[in-house]
This record gives sequence, C-alpha cells and structure tokens, in this order.
Amino acid sequence: MTVHADPKGVLTGTHFIDGDHACCEGALAAGARFASGYPITPSTEVVERFAARIPSVGGVFIQMEDELAASIALQGAVWGGAKAFTVTSGPGFSLMMEHIGYALMTETPCVFVDVQRGGPSTGLPTMPAQGDMMQCRWGSHGDYEVIALAPNSPQECFDLTIRAFNLAEKYRLPVMFMMDECVGHMTEKVVIPPADQIEITPRRLTKQAPDEFLGYKADEDLVPDIAKAGDGYRFHVTGLTHNEKGYPSMTVKTQDKLIHRLQDKILQNADDISINEEVDLDAADVVVVAYGITSRVAMKAIQMVRDSGQKLGNRKLRIGMFRLITPWPFPDKKIRALAGRIRGFVVPELNLGQMSREVERASGGLAKTIAVTHAGGTVHSPEEIAEAILEAAR
Amino acid sequence: MSVTEIRFAGFGGQGVIMMATVIGKAACIFENGYSTMTQAFGPEARGGAASAQVVLSDQPVLYPYVTEPNILVVMAQEAYTKFSPEVRSDGILIVETDLVRVTTAVKPGVRVYGVPATRLAEQLGKKMVLNIVMTGFFTAVTGLLAAESVRNAVLDSVPAHSKDLNLRAFEAGFAYGQKVLEGSVTDLATV
Amino acid sequence: MSELVSLHENPTEQFLRTDRMPHIWCPGCGIGTTVNCFTRALLDSNANLDKVSVVSGIGCSGRVAGYLNLDSFHTTHGRAIPFATGLKLARPDLDVVVYSGDGDLFAIGGNHFIHAARRNVDIKVICVNNLVYAMTGGQTAPTTPGDALTSTSPYGTFEPSFNLPQLAEAAGAVYVARWTTYHVRQLAKSMFEMFNKKGFAFIEVLSPCPTLYQRRNKMGDGMETLRQYKELSKRKDGASTSEVGLTRDGEIVVGKFVDRDRPDYATLMKAHYQHTMGDKYVETGAIICQ
Repeated sequence: MTVHADPKGVLTGTHFIDGDHACCEGALAAGARFASGYPITPSTEVVERFAARIPSVGGVFIQMEDELAASIALQGAVWGGAKAFTVTSGPGFSLMMEHIGYALMTETPCVFVDVQRGGPSTGLPTMPAQGDMMQCRWGSHGDYEVIALAPNSPQECFDLTIRAFNLAEKYRLPVMFMMDECVGHMTEKVVIPPADQIEITPRRLTKQAPDEFLGYKADEDLVPDIAKAGDGYRFHVTGLTHNEKGYPSMTVKTQDKLIHRLQDKILQNADDISINEEVDLDAADVVVVAYGITSRVAMKAIQMVRDSGQKLGNRKLRIGMFRLITPWPFPDKKIRALAGRIRGFVVPELNLGQMSREVERASGGLAKTIAVTHAGGTVHSPEEIAEAILEAAR
Repeated sequence: MSVTEIRFAGFGGQGVIMMATVIGKAACIFENGYSTMTQAFGPEARGGAASAQVVLSDQPVLYPYVTEPNILVVMAQEAYTKFSPEVRSDGILIVETDLVRVTTAVKPGVRVYGVPATRLAEQLGKKMVLNIVMTGFFTAVTGLLAAESVRNAVLDSVPAHSKDLNLRAFEAGFAYGQKVLEGSVTDLATV
Repeated sequence: MSELVSLHENPTEQFLRTDRMPHIWCPGCGIGTTVNCFTRALLDSNANLDKVSVVSGIGCSGRVAGYLNLDSFHTTHGRAIPFATGLKLARPDLDVVVYSGDGDLFAIGGNHFIHAARRNVDIKVICVNNLVYAMTGGQTAPTTPGDALTSTSPYGTFEPSFNLPQLAEAAGAVYVARWTTYHVRQLAKSMFEMFNKKGFAFIEVLSPCPTLYQRRNKMGDGMETLRQYKELSKRKDGASTSEVGLTRDGEIVVGKFVDRDRPDYATLMKAHYQHTMGDKYVETGAIICQ
C-alpha cells in the first residue's frame, strides 16, 4: 500500500544540484521531517540543506554532539511517529554501528546515509571510495540482514532516497544509503516530479486495540506492525532479545526465533526489495558488475572495448553490465544464473575487493571473477577496467 | 557522441564555481544536452586556488572528470600555469587579460581568447560580476551553447536582487566576445 | 469479597507491568524504592499516562523502563538522553523521562548529559546513583567516591569522582535535586515538582548496591545503608552545588539545589525561527508522518 507524497516536502521542478542536495530532497519528498546529524565531509551538505529547508516545511533538524547521539536521536523521533534519518561518512559511520544494530533489533524504520570517502580512519576526507560496503552489511555485531542502495547519479540520489525510506517502512529496518563522494559532490540535472507522482509507503501502524497489540508479532510478510508513543499502547522496546510482546526474553528459543525472523524478512522478500540494472546480459561473454560512480566509469570502459572492435573467435565480443542498485541483499540467484553461461565477471570497485568476493561466492566457481581494485581517492581509469574485460574474455 | 570537457580555474572569491554551474545548467536544463559538474574539494579548495569542471555531452555523461579539456577558462596566473598544459591541441584557452599573462607556449592549434573581465565588471559598478562577464565572453567565443540558454541559466542562478546587474554583465562579456571574433579587438595578451 | 481484594492492591500496581515480575533487582537494592516514588509522583501529578514515555540506558537502573507500564524504551548504553531528545523534539506533547544509572548517564553518556542540559531540552532525568557499575559486577564508576573497593579497583579507588549536582547546574539544568532512597517522601515530591518544570531537570538518588558496593566495602546490608543515609544526610535546600560533593563515609547533602527558569530548546527554536523567517516558518508541533 502506498500514498502520494506530502507536497509540502516536494520541490517539484528541474534542478541542477549535487548528489548530497538531491539526497536531502529525496528525504523531504519521502516525508522525512526529522534529521539528527554531525558534520563530516563529504556528507555534510545533505544536512546543511535539510537545516535550511526544514523550518519552512515543518520539522526538526538538530545537530547533535557526536555521531552516537545523531544515530539514536533519530530513532527516538521515529518512535514518536516521525520519519527520520541521519547522514555521515566513514569515521562517523563507524561510530554509528551500534545504533544500526539497535535499529535492526528493535525494527526501527529509518535511513542511514553514508557518503563514502577513502579510509580507514580519517583517510581521504574529500575523495571518493567505496570501502564501506562490507561495513554496512556486517558492521554491527551479531547476525542480521540489511538493505543497502547505491545511487550512481544525483537523480538517483533523489529517487533512491525515496525508495530507501519506503523500504525502511515496509520492512521495518534501517536502510543503508551508500553514496560515494563522487556521486555526492557531482552536480547534474535532477528532475523532481509533482507530489502526486511520488509513491510513499506509510508507516505500518497497528490497527489493533492496545490490549490486543503485540509489538513484535509479525504479519505474514514476517514484519510486525508498529505503534507510536503517546497512543495508549504502553509498549516496550528493547535491544535485548525479546518476545512477541517486546519484553526481554533471553532464551535460546527466543533468540533463535527472533534472529531468524529478522534475517528471513529480508531474504524471503528479496525479490521485492532488490532492483538492479541489467544491460545487454542476454548473450554476454563478460559481465561487469559495478555500483555507484564506478558503474559509470565501467560503462565507459565497455563502450571503449566495443568501439575497438574486439572479437571472440570470429564474432564480436559481447559485454554486459549488471549494476548493483541494491548491493544488499546480494542478488545471489541472478549472479549464479549468469555465472553458468558467461566466461567471467569483472568487478571494479573503489576498495580492495569487497563486493567482488560476493560475486565470486555467488558464482560458485562457474565463471571466473576478476576484481579491479582501487584504494580510492579518485575513480578508475576506464582503461584498467577495459583491460580486465579483455582478460575475462580470454 | 560529442563530449566537451571544460575546466574553469581561478582563485577563491572569483565565482569560478558559479561559472561552471551556469554553463552546466544551460546545457542540461535550458538545452537538451547532458552535463556533469564537479569541483575540487579539500584543503586545496580552502586556500587560493579554485577550480570546477564541466563535462557536456549529447549523451548521458559517464566519466565525470575532465582529463584533457577542450576548453580552459582561467582567471589567475597560478591556475594558468597549472592547467594550461592540459588543453587539447585543438582546444580553446580563455583568459582574463588583466590577471593572466600567457607566458609559456601553448600547444600550437590552441585558440586563445582574452577579455579584461575585471575592468568590464568595474565599469558596470561591481567587480564581483567578473565571472558573469567571463561567462558571456565564453558564450560568444565558443559558440557551444545558445546565448539565450546561458542567459536563462544566469537568471536562474543569481539572487533576485542582482538579476539585472548580472544580465548586464553577461551582455557586456558577450558583446566583447563578438567583437573579438570580428577582429575589432586586438589587444590580446598573447605571446 | 471483591472489596477486600481491592484493599490489598498496591496503588502503584497500575503503573507496573506485573506480568514482568519478579524483577531482577537484588534484595536491599534501592532501585525499586525509587520506582515506587516515581509512581507516587505520577499519581499525584494526574499525568495522562498514555503521554508519558520512559527512556532508559543499560544497567540495573536501565531496567526500570521495562517494568513501568508506560511507553518505554530500553536503549543502548549511555544513549538514553539523545534518544529522549529525538523523541521529545518530534513529540512535544509527550512527557519524556530518562531513568538510568550513574555509569550509564555520566561515564559513557556524560557527553550527552551536558549537551542536553546546555540545550535545555525539556526532558526529566532521574539518575539512580549506586556508586558502581552493578549490572556488570561492581566496577569503578565516575561516581565511586575515594578509596572504595570495586572489582576493577581491588586496592581502592583513587580517581576523583563527579559531583553530579554541580555538573548538572554548570551544564545548564533548570532543576537539580539530590535525595537518597531513605527520603522516599521527599523524593516523590521532588519528582512531582520535576514533572511541572519545563526544561532539563535532574534528580540524583543515592541508592544502595548491597551486593556489589556495600558488601565489598564492609558497609553492611541494604537496611544498614538506609540507617547510614539517615544519619549522614543533611538537608540543605539551595545549597551551593560546589559544596555537595560526596565522600565515602562523609556527610550526604540532600535537598533541592537548583530551581530556575530559562527557555527550553523547543521554545528557543520556535522563537528564533519566527524571528528570522517570519511567515515562512512552519511550526512543527508533533511531527507525525505518513
């Protein structure tokens, strides 16, 4: 079920803005009315814009004392009934890990935006990397599944931020919005449609009476409905292992049931959650798997190879592109199916091989995987990706 | 597919980023093209130097950065020294003639155009609009974008109270550019 | 018969999740006493209980949220205050109470405490101070007074400890009081007062941890601690908070130290935006989204 966006937050029109600003507009269009942040390059522009815009939309921005505070204040606002998010980059993302875990455990719908820069530690504050892809998947302790989206243009920073909020509400979890410095600081045309053309997933507020309501009893889709504070439900929320009522219940049985449900609600709904871009995959010999800014550089590399008239036997070499718009949950089935009919994958990314391991794992040895790694600071040269494509075809 | 890489460079406060924004916006919003603008961020962007890059194309832009500019616009000597060797041999170099002396040999084939944008801006009463004078000049000498598109992009990018002044700045630069093309201005600071 | 049964009902029972009893607190622990006082204050305040939210951090006192029959949030270690800040700013119509321990609020959460007090966020903070980390087995806390034995200070503590009322006052709290679990009536009254105070209000409640503090320091059981509280405490309302620091065996100054008014965060925010933005400002109220 969806509704139209609240026009108050929708800046309908054609804009020339960067990815950070577009992400903020996406959040406002999605209905976010609360943001708690802490300044960090290259993500700060998102909350700077939110701070400028929100007083005339109706809502709250608060700059907190650190990222720990920023990443939990928003969850307080969510349980009050607001749609809320925070924005950060590497070092701040590291500090937020515990509260990503809290949001996962308490099933708090919210969005964490990470504009990735070079790491580890302070690293390259103003330069791009994609080194947080495993951190957003595994960074908090314990077992869980997340949803992560990776935009490759300012337009997608707008469109996919809305999707991130919608998925957060539908599946009740923190959605990781994995930008990179390049996409965040790149200015392009961004079209924001009228509010009535933007579909919004509302919060799944319970329709049950307070005495019937169980805060963590899941529906058929494995997701429970939610109550907000102040409505007489007198519910309890805890990061401890809890039963359907939300009460702490630290038993092996409760843990087993809860942790499996938190995992399964994502895995069993993966087809609904996951969207990815598929280009010329049908008869491909080599498939490039990429995401974020790297997917654009990879597409240029593919064009270069095609233009050079490379042959495989006596026909043209066929190269496809599988763009991970939803890196998590990872599209295991798609990659496995491709692996069975192609020569190899080429996985360029601005890290020393993170999603490439997933491609290798999912392909189960049926096709080779060539990682085109890069420590970050800029994007690949299309030539190095092109070389890997030729190597994969051999 | 036709791709044009442009670098704008100068020092902080000259409105380098604004120039890039106006050109980028003119191409993708007021014409049917595609454009991607990126800026140099980081500690170097806090000091004197400022630069911005725009890639224009008739197809979606894939690679976002400028590697070998078709057009270089410089408004500071330091920026000239740093970036002028990058310009393609069939490219265009546009300089602010009071601020940049074209000293080293540019590649043969590079067309060089100069405009005293600071002086023209001062004549309009506000030195601050030198970037828009440069933008008008750029529009005239490159012929890359329709003047009307760039004019609209200027109006779309500046605060309401300064629209008139900026429009006059654009026209002053544009007119100067036309004169240069006609050959009626010859005081270029070329070597 | 039914009348007879109702006579035996504890008036505080309506505030508790009786289905969660028995609780986890040790015999002689003071946390339950503070909860009793809290329910008394709720009763006296005629608060709409549907609009009261309790937020706790981690630790023995962090479990309070789970036993109160209110909207309740057991958050992460040290972060009850920023959670409460977000909840209160999104929902100004709610009364938001932070109920947690000394280690949670002043060690791992110390930064949040001073910043929430500085902002004067309209939340009520109750700190049950048992002078140690109890849930984890009696380690040194920033409140442990000089030369006390703890599991991580087996030869006695030597670090200076925080004077919590002074910290709260200096950071900007509008209401600061200290009581012990001996002072049940005074504590309940203070909690009631706090409810009616707009802004960042703080109550420190000194409470025994017979299992991990008193026993280890040969200070007797819970009852013995109450006797000591009675003997050692001296009520000094309005005392300078610089003079109320605690020592291991010395005087315990109790009372209401600070009761002042300054505009809270939401009031400042609204006034400021109205001033700077005029008609463009959209007042938030409760921001409950689609």
